[in-house]
Amino acid sequence: MNRKNKEKIIEFILKGSAAITILTTVGIIWVLLSESFTFFKEVSLIDFLTDDQWTPLFANKHFGILPLISGTLLTTVIAVSVALPVGLTIAVYLSEYAPKKFRKIVKPMLEVLAAVPTVVYGFFALMVVTPFLQKLIPELAGFNALSAGIVMGIMIIPFVSSLSEDALQAVPKSLRNASYGLGSTRFQTAFKVMVPAASSGIIVSVILAFSRAIGETMIVAIAAGQQPRLTANPLVPIETITAYIVQVSLGDVPHGSLEYRTIFAAGMTLFVFTFILNNISFWVRKKFREQYD
Amino acid sequence: MKTLDKLILSITTIALVACGGSEQKSSPSELKGTIKIDGSSTVYPVTEAVAEEFRSIQPGINVTVGVSGTGGGFKKFMRGEIDINDASRPIKAKEADACAEIGIGYQELSVAYDGLAVLVNPENDWVDYLTVEELKKIWLPKAQGQVMYWDQVREGWPHEELHLFGPGVASGTYDYFAEAICGKKVGTRGDYTASEDDHVLVQGIATDKNALGFFGLAYYEENKDKLKLIGVDNGNGVVMPSLETVGNGSYAPLSRPIFIYVSSLAVEKEEVKEFVSFYLESASSLVSEVGYIPLPNAEYAKEIDTFNAFINK
Repeated sequence: MNRKNKEKIIEFILKGSAAITILTTVGIIWVLLSESFTFFKEVSLIDFLTDDQWTPLFANKHFGILPLISGTLLTTVIAVSVALPVGLTIAVYLSEYAPKKFRKIVKPMLEVLAAVPTVVYGFFALMVVTPFLQKLIPELAGFNALSAGIVMGIMIIPFVSSLSEDALQAVPKSLRNASYGLGSTRFQTAFKVMVPAASSGIIVSVILAFSRAIGETMIVAIAAGQQPRLTANPLVPIETITAYIVQVSLGDVPHGSLEYRTIFAAGMTLFVFTFILNNISFWVRKKFREQYD
Repeated sequence: MKTLDKLILSITTIALVACGGSEQKSSPSELKGTIKIDGSSTVYPVTEAVAEEFRSIQPGINVTVGVSGTGGGFKKFMRGEIDINDASRPIKAKEADACAEIGIGYQELSVAYDGLAVLVNPENDWVDYLTVEELKKIWLPKAQGQVMYWDQVREGWPHEELHLFGPGVASGTYDYFAEAICGKKVGTRGDYTASEDDHVLVQGIATDKNALGFFGLAYYEENKDKLKLIGVDNGNGVVMPSLETVGNGSYAPLSRPIFIYVSSLAVEKEEVKEFVSFYLESASSLVSEVGYIPLPNAEYAKEIDTFNAFINK
């Protein structure tokens, strides 16, 4: 075989691998679209978006996605409000304060947090965090958005800390040195110079963490409850989009029925959310990138 | 890392050796094979107790018992994937048709009685009993989004949110409760925490002061210290579910028989025949051990006859 043919074969394999990922995405979108399309033939889009009850499996059927969205956003917002301050503090500490050696050890250890199976986090929330919180807040229900959200926040800390730290590291050294040269303290350098300079990377890290939290399944399925409820109260059982999909997939809803298609409509909603978020992060990265070199 | 690998290796070796050891004990006259069982989580404790005893006399037979819910189990049953389905309600016409279509015959055998327990959190100090009418008021489909507070159920109860827990729609327990309380083909409301896994319900009610839920009485027996059992008044006074009231039917309408369904494909296997016979013979003693109510002995004898007739068909 001559060299040219070899090159061609290699190129073909490389193209093939790329094509597989693209085709998978296209396939997923196709299935979501076609199943949701048949769903929306029977249920009006307006009902889907405005009805405040979600009970498709039961006698008194309602197809309002709002309770599932509110459950999803509630847990996600709690998670991000835990992960953002903690993650950013860690990132600043590792990048600006910690000795290099220490950083080399601690950073991989932090990333282990993201590698813990989420089912373990789920039981941690249910068996450890909830009972502890109930001592502080007696009216807290056994299944609730609060403890699921907090634990999910712990899970996504590495997303925020690692990516933000990378962003801080990517800021040219000259900026830091100039800041010190002007007589700034470490704190001033970190928060007045480095964080603003790395802001696009930090925002992107938060958005990615947000979209990871929206799609998270096991923690909320185990610890947040399985009752669709339109509420902003973090103390009562709720249900997220992902937990609903799990619930229906495990039960015995017949294939091809309207009940079965609800999971695709819910999946489509989830997809739209993460798609928008990923695009925002892409846009932020492009638009707000600070160019120094 | 090296030492960890070695450790894992040695643990695996020990485990393998241990397994090998137990296999050597079995004498050549004993049966070998696998029996696959799935279905209701309500029937599971009975079947698992029987399977455990069975394993000790027939160690060569591997009995697996799953918990997909009665409906989930029947789905596998009609595809010929399992030998026996645990059922907490009789087979539905749709499911029977699907079996007939593929040519799978089946035999229903009742193995015990179960009561549905109505439960609240132990810290709940206002509920003393519930009438069937009140249960209906809470669970009817039209209560969805309407009956949300305890004081809507009975005047004088606190204005606290009502958090409901119950089995999901794939569960035979759900079907039974829905029919007994709300009526045939009515169903229930949908805005409650629904799970096919009874442990989730136990956990939910045990940790939530405003909870109200229902599931099989045997799961209450296992978790007595975490839950408060509520008596039900069907118009003839308040009755607490117990071995006695479920067995004699006075705990109405929330007591019912539970079943196993044996597939016609499965009874061609010697190990399945052996298992089912063992099940019916030992049920009367094992059933009460796991918190259910045994049938009268004459009934078990009848079920054995039915099963033998089914084998010979």
